[in-house]
Amino acid sequence: MESLSTTKPKSRLSNSNLLFIIAGIIFILMYGFALISFPDSFMQFQTFFDLFNFNAALFIITLGMCIVMIAGGIDISVGAVCGLVTMACAMLLESGGNVWGALLLALGIGLAFGLMHGYLIAYLEIQPFIITLAGMFLAQGLLTTLHKDPINVTWSAFVALRNFTIEIPWLGAVNRLGVFIPCEIKPGVFVVVVLVILYAVLMKWSRFGRNVYAVGGNSQSARMLGINVKKTLFFSYVICGLTAGIGGFVFLMTTGAGNIGNGALFEIKAIAANVIGGILLNGGVGNLLGAPIGTLTLLTINELIRAAGVQSNLQAIVSGLMLYLFIVLQSIIMSLRGSRKFRLALPSWLKLHRLQGNGD
Amino acid sequence: MPRFKAYFDRLSHLFLPLSVLVILIIINLIKGADYFKITMVNGAFYGNIPNILFGASELVILAIGMTLVTAASRGQDISIGENGAIASAIFVQYVLNAGEVTLWTILAGFLISCAAGLIIGAFNGTLVSFFKVQPMVATLILFLGGRSIAFIIDGKVSPILANEISNRIGTVIPGVPIQTPIILTVVFIALVAVVLKTTNLRLYVEAVGINPSAARLNGIDPKKIIFMTFLIMGVCAAVAGFIAVNKAGRHDSVNLLKFIMMDAILAVAIGGNSLGGGKFSITGSIIGAYTIEVLNRTLLRLEVEPEAIKAFKAVFIIILMVIASPVVRVSVGKVLDKAKTIVAGYSVRKTVGLNKAVLSVTDTSAGKKEE
Repeated sequence: MESLSTTKPKSRLSNSNLLFIIAGIIFILMYGFALISFPDSFMQFQTFFDLFNFNAALFIITLGMCIVMIAGGIDISVGAVCGLVTMACAMLLESGGNVWGALLLALGIGLAFGLMHGYLIAYLEIQPFIITLAGMFLAQGLLTTLHKDPINVTWSAFVALRNFTIEIPWLGAVNRLGVFIPCEIKPGVFVVVVLVILYAVLMKWSRFGRNVYAVGGNSQSARMLGINVKKTLFFSYVICGLTAGIGGFVFLMTTGAGNIGNGALFEIKAIAANVIGGILLNGGVGNLLGAPIGTLTLLTINELIRAAGVQSNLQAIVSGLMLYLFIVLQSIIMSLRGSRKFRLALPSWLKLHRLQGNGD
Repeated sequence: MPRFKAYFDRLSHLFLPLSVLVILIIINLIKGADYFKITMVNGAFYGNIPNILFGASELVILAIGMTLVTAASRGQDISIGENGAIASAIFVQYVLNAGEVTLWTILAGFLISCAAGLIIGAFNGTLVSFFKVQPMVATLILFLGGRSIAFIIDGKVSPILANEISNRIGTVIPGVPIQTPIILTVVFIALVAVVLKTTNLRLYVEAVGINPSAARLNGIDPKKIIFMTFLIMGVCAAVAGFIAVNKAGRHDSVNLLKFIMMDAILAVAIGGNSLGGGKFSITGSIIGAYTIEVLNRTLLRLEVEPEAIKAFKAVFIIILMVIASPVVRVSVGKVLDKAKTIVAGYSVRKTVGLNKAVLSVTDTSAGKKEE
């Protein structure tokens, strides 16, 4: 009846947007809770920015993983590739390379892994888990073969880049001595912001992005719609590899040292962050902006646990419990929604586009 | 002959793991001809083959559970190492607090740890089957928190399990020439084989894995079956943890069965099973698990630097999966078919009369069969 009075009928939220909204609300609630319970640390803007400053690499890697997960695949090599990139770049910088060379090397390593995974998974139809597992072993093996001990980059130009921070003069806090300390942002954060915008545009308005959703939702019907499924899958893995390379460089820019332990368990963290952000492992569902929101939620949980002074060996259990609550909550909401007749799992804008396409 | 061919077709999925195993053994034989040499030390067999069987015992047991979980739930359990650590921590605490250690204490501890495995399996299974969470995400919870739980149960860093019976379970029982973990593994495999032979478990698991909705319409509850596979996985993890902790003689909550889920999933894949669920072959997974152990030991034997072992392993896995990939298989099959037709056409042209005779004979025999 309502639709008669309005020109545009109200369309129900798509799965992707619903999950994204849940993730956003949970993050806001979580941060609000943190603000109320630990006002000393969380009231400062610097705490919020530090989440980005020290975890820029994780944010970036989560973005790449997000695209692969929407395409219905998985890439568990990202953490190892990130670690390999830090070590290789650190060695290059120490042996007299310049920053641009290191950046190219980072992109090259990421691209190489992405191409390998993409070709083997998309064109030879091998299971993504196994191939990216092999990629992970390969990256770890190469990493330990390259160098076993941590390398601290001492080259002056790079140290300058590492220590470079942008101060926001109108935001900050007064410390105990009464000195005003402005908020600091590291250059890695800008990489995160640029990549988030770039990928969000790519996933929402480009042909490739729509193809990724269609392939992830149902590759059979995507093929029948005339989408090149193999090419789409191939490029999703290439982008993920490339993103892992960028993530590795940003990691090096944050810590300034190549180490075997760099990027360890990033793949697991990235999957967890994406799931919290509403991107399902089944594929076809999820909003790219859910990836940074999920990462923020995950990091806020960790910060909360740290601020609450939980015993170190209980921290893992508590974060596991939090994850449990999330997963159950998500599942309950989805099943409540599923009990009624459910719309297509595709995002609404994609359907809109198709209708217009048919009209033409 | 046709019967033989059918038999061969049924075993065709074992072609990949077996050929890999054969290639690895040939590499080992080239390296040194004494590969199969078995020596008797203190009344027990030692040598390369017993060592492989000994080293892979936990992996084999976990691969069996992983095969079932993969087949039914179309996903993988990544918390198996942690589950084993928790279950074995309970076992160790029971044995340490029991006072005098007899065979019955060990047995009771083992049963209690199996019960703990069941509870863990129920936790994961509830999430996967009733809350419809993807297995990898659901088991992520215990993957993250499991080792801490094991550490809290331990109460301190690596409690030592120093008693005669544990030592014997971990190594050899005097008078028995085969190491005990091998015997336990064989017993476990036999149990699983009996269960699969006598019950409908295989049929149900495959039906659920191939199409859950179709299985539901046919009266099989996918939720129950998936839940059950996770329970079995929990018991497998407990048994593997039991063997691992007795082998090590101490419970190291951080490193016990660390990252073994990768190897277990790899074993399932090498065994010719689809990681997307459906039909499964336990035999393939078992051979796959032993193949991984042989691969690890081969790399060590070839004196590959320990740092580079993982890279070599990765290259090997990639080559293996490329050879086994459906696309390569199909194209190789096409090439073979073409070669066959060319050869056949050539021979037909050459000996037409003989072929005609053969054809008529086969026709009549086929006709007889139809009657």
